[in-house]
Amino acid sequence: MHISELTPLLPELALASLGLVLLIVEAFTKTRKEIVAGLALLGAFAALFSLKFVAFGDVFGGMFISDGYSIFFKLIFSVNLILSILISVRYLKAEDSFHGEYYCLLVFSTCGMMVMASAGNLITLYLGLELMALSTYVLAGFIRHDGKSTEAAVKYFLTGGFSTALLLYGISLVYGVTGSMDLGTIAGYCAVHDLSGNPMASLALGLMASAFAFKIAAVPFHMWAPDVYEGAPTPVTAFMSIGPKAAGFAVLGRVFYYTFGHLTVEWSVILTALSILTMCVGNVMALVQTNIKRMLAYSSIAHAGYALIGIIAATPEGISAAMNYLLIYMFMNIGAFSVVLMLNTKGTRGLQISDYAGLGRTHPLLGVAMLVFMFSLTGIPPMAGFIGKFYVFMSAVRSGYLWLAVLAVIFSVISAFFYLRVVMYMYMKEPEKPDAGGVPDEGVEPANSNALIVSIAVTATFVLMIGIMPGRFIEFAKAAVAAVKILSQ
Amino acid sequence: MNSTVCPAFFEQSYVLTTAIVLPVLAALAMLLINRERASLIKWFALAATIANFIAVIPLFTNFDKTSARMQFVAEYQWIEAWHINYCVGVDGISVLFVLLSALVAILCVLVSWTSVKDKVKEYYIAILLIEGAMIGVFSALDMFLFYMFWEAMLIPMYLLIGMWGGPNRIYAAVKFFLYTLVGSVLMLLGVIVIYLVTGTFDMVRLMNTQLPANLQMLLFWAFFAAFAVKVPMFPVHTWLPDAHTEAPTAGSVILAAILIKMGAYGFLRFSLPMFPDASQTVAPVMIVLSVIAIIYGGIICLSQKDLKRLIAYSSVSHMGFVTLGIFSLNTQGMEGGILQMINHGVITGALFLLVGMVYERSHTRQIADYGGLANVMPVFSAFFMVFTFASVGLPGTNGFVGEFLIILGGFTANKMAGILAATGVIIGAVYMLWLYQKVFYTEVNEKIAGLGDISLREVITIVPLLILVFWIGVYPNAFTGFMDATVASLLGRLKGGDMNALNTLIHGVVK
Repeated sequence: MHISELTPLLPELALASLGLVLLIVEAFTKTRKEIVAGLALLGAFAALFSLKFVAFGDVFGGMFISDGYSIFFKLIFSVNLILSILISVRYLKAEDSFHGEYYCLLVFSTCGMMVMASAGNLITLYLGLELMALSTYVLAGFIRHDGKSTEAAVKYFLTGGFSTALLLYGISLVYGVTGSMDLGTIAGYCAVHDLSGNPMASLALGLMASAFAFKIAAVPFHMWAPDVYEGAPTPVTAFMSIGPKAAGFAVLGRVFYYTFGHLTVEWSVILTALSILTMCVGNVMALVQTNIKRMLAYSSIAHAGYALIGIIAATPEGISAAMNYLLIYMFMNIGAFSVVLMLNTKGTRGLQISDYAGLGRTHPLLGVAMLVFMFSLTGIPPMAGFIGKFYVFMSAVRSGYLWLAVLAVIFSVISAFFYLRVVMYMYMKEPEKPDAGGVPDEGVEPANSNALIVSIAVTATFVLMIGIMPGRFIEFAKAAVAAVKILSQ
Repeated sequence: MNSTVCPAFFEQSYVLTTAIVLPVLAALAMLLINRERASLIKWFALAATIANFIAVIPLFTNFDKTSARMQFVAEYQWIEAWHINYCVGVDGISVLFVLLSALVAILCVLVSWTSVKDKVKEYYIAILLIEGAMIGVFSALDMFLFYMFWEAMLIPMYLLIGMWGGPNRIYAAVKFFLYTLVGSVLMLLGVIVIYLVTGTFDMVRLMNTQLPANLQMLLFWAFFAAFAVKVPMFPVHTWLPDAHTEAPTAGSVILAAILIKMGAYGFLRFSLPMFPDASQTVAPVMIVLSVIAIIYGGIICLSQKDLKRLIAYSSVSHMGFVTLGIFSLNTQGMEGGILQMINHGVITGALFLLVGMVYERSHTRQIADYGGLANVMPVFSAFFMVFTFASVGLPGTNGFVGEFLIILGGFTANKMAGILAATGVIIGAVYMLWLYQKVFYTEVNEKIAGLGDISLREVITIVPLLILVFWIGVYPNAFTGFMDATVASLLGRLKGGDMNALNTLIHGVVK
């Protein structure tokens, strides 16, 4: 094998070596741990940059696919990594958990996601998934002295392990039916043999759908998400609410739409039920939350429901709509979490929605940024969230799912209620006065962190830019889907 | 798509784009002003709104009244993937609303001059953003663009009500936002369906496209959801009294003068020309709802104790006249409806301005707290009387012209509707005169004794609307002249549905 044949693997190679380098550097830096963060950031940018040079094609006999589809997801993963590193620096310092391994785990997890997006074989898929999952389990429990963080890690690990078992079951059944692990071969088998109505195939699809639903935190496989999202370190929550979710969508599209395209009727029923439940439970439960991390956790569940609609549409347009949605969701969600991190100066301080009272007056720019993110998450133009929803709904209506789109917009209106509540606190309430007894105000004072400011500025810019000039991003998602590797002829 | 989708014009006009962008840019520029310098902020906002009004004057002077086509058109490619263009232009229906929006923005700045002392910077930024979005709504000729402005406007409006409103402002703001959002998202799905069926977002082209009848019906109701909430029509009007009452004066004025007109404008711009068959089928239902709004809104007014709430409910009644006129589907009714939209904007806008002025002095909106105001504030009382008479529809004022045309149109469409609407006018006279008597005559209530009369700034705020009351009242042709050609063409499309059979029916999905 010539070395040049590895060019499709550039981003994965970059991240894997970055992770190893970080481990070594971490061991030799005693005082200035920020160096590790800086290095990780540099490496993440290298991975992002390498996407420009990645060659399309198969590696390792089709085990690994590099195509437009995977590149798009890798873009999401690497930007997610960059932003996650930016928002972590100050938090880890404040929590006295400044260990270099943290960045190393972020990098490895991202590498796992990239392998998932490029999986051409169910085994590769499994490998990527485990690399991603194992790293995030550790990340979730990274604040060792915090009971909640540890609890989150254990919960995540147990439920994650359970979902992996389901996935393996599903894979074994697929192998039993089609005699192959290779997605191309499976797709070819489905094209020739009519598997609709085959109970084993349906069971396999159901099991795999459940496993992926765990990863994207779709209802009823979401039980872990609120607790884990709340307990995990806040930057990790931001990272987890986007990366593994997008990776889950990458394999959903690859396996269900591109591999089992002939069984659309079978799996679209499963996904439709998941999508409706997810939007419903996510949005309704978010209504009653008073903790902003928990609210964003439920909101993140709900957004998976919207993105699922794109997959359900089962057209290239639907897939690109879902991808576009995830890209937009990444910017607005990381943005919102950056603001949360700005206020969450230590422990659980600044995590109540009521802590946002008067933010619009005391910190106008921070308030405006949060306002942009909240309205974007609601889906109000001219923010990017609207474009994401518009594209997804359009693809659904085109595929004849008008009724699903109607449900989705109604849930959007419900979601307006809790996103608006944050805006309301920021702009329409005043912070409670400190006690007359002269106790200094324990209230919320945003942290002073340039990295966070950069992250907020970047995400807010993208949210507005995609909202007002979405053309390029839509074209990009379309082109990515057009350049997908066709698995079955 | 390279071809010009809007009617072929040789050159792009910058008037409307300027009118949309200038306030937004001014709002952004205002971010740079130090918040301590409140007076600079105010003067800057005033300058921006006046500049914008000057910028739209060509619409009044250079508008070709003989043409039913879109004028002052500008078009640029925007989102190629979805065939969306930035396309703006005005015709006889929308031109007056753009002008009114620009005028109202100035008045809103003026009336807030002393009453807004808190978060001054944010306040004027919100007003300017609203102005840009309002003009955008009335001039957009692309459904996607229209929806963008329509929805984007909710954000500053929500903040305006919620941040500077009365005691119950948060409830009112959230209610306003959610009500309008529910309607809007259904319209959004309608927009998507239209695009998938016809392959275009271009409103001018859609106005000349014949859609299948059953689809028209579906779309009519989808758009109805959005427009009926905005108008607001009975029975989805309940957000309006809360929003009107709790909003700051400028917010009430914008709501009354412009925002609720968007619903009726939507009927004229979308429902009638794009779904003509459905509109004709549904017109009787709309007439019934309109008449209910006229009578019901009027009767509710009689039992109000709060000044602003009374005027808010009178809006429900007056907007009932507007929708009645529009769905009479004849020239008198429709021109009356459009004119009454302007009239209501002028009159009710002025009434809210006046109530705001007196509230700033007395800090009460309870009718029972007033009495004998004519002795305390004579100049103010004179102004209020003029607008009361205009609201009642006294001949010589603009209210008379609009209501007369509507009742005439309504009578032609359905005798019973005409008779009931005329009854509504009487109820209107009852509650307005009752209000005037309670507040301005009888004995001087000690709570308001010693209030100062209105200042020169306030007079300047109110005079433009006073001029309009009589201008429209005495010489309505100056304004109906704008609409004649467009209304005739719209009615031609409604009556001559068959003529459009030539238009290609585009079925199925267009890539």
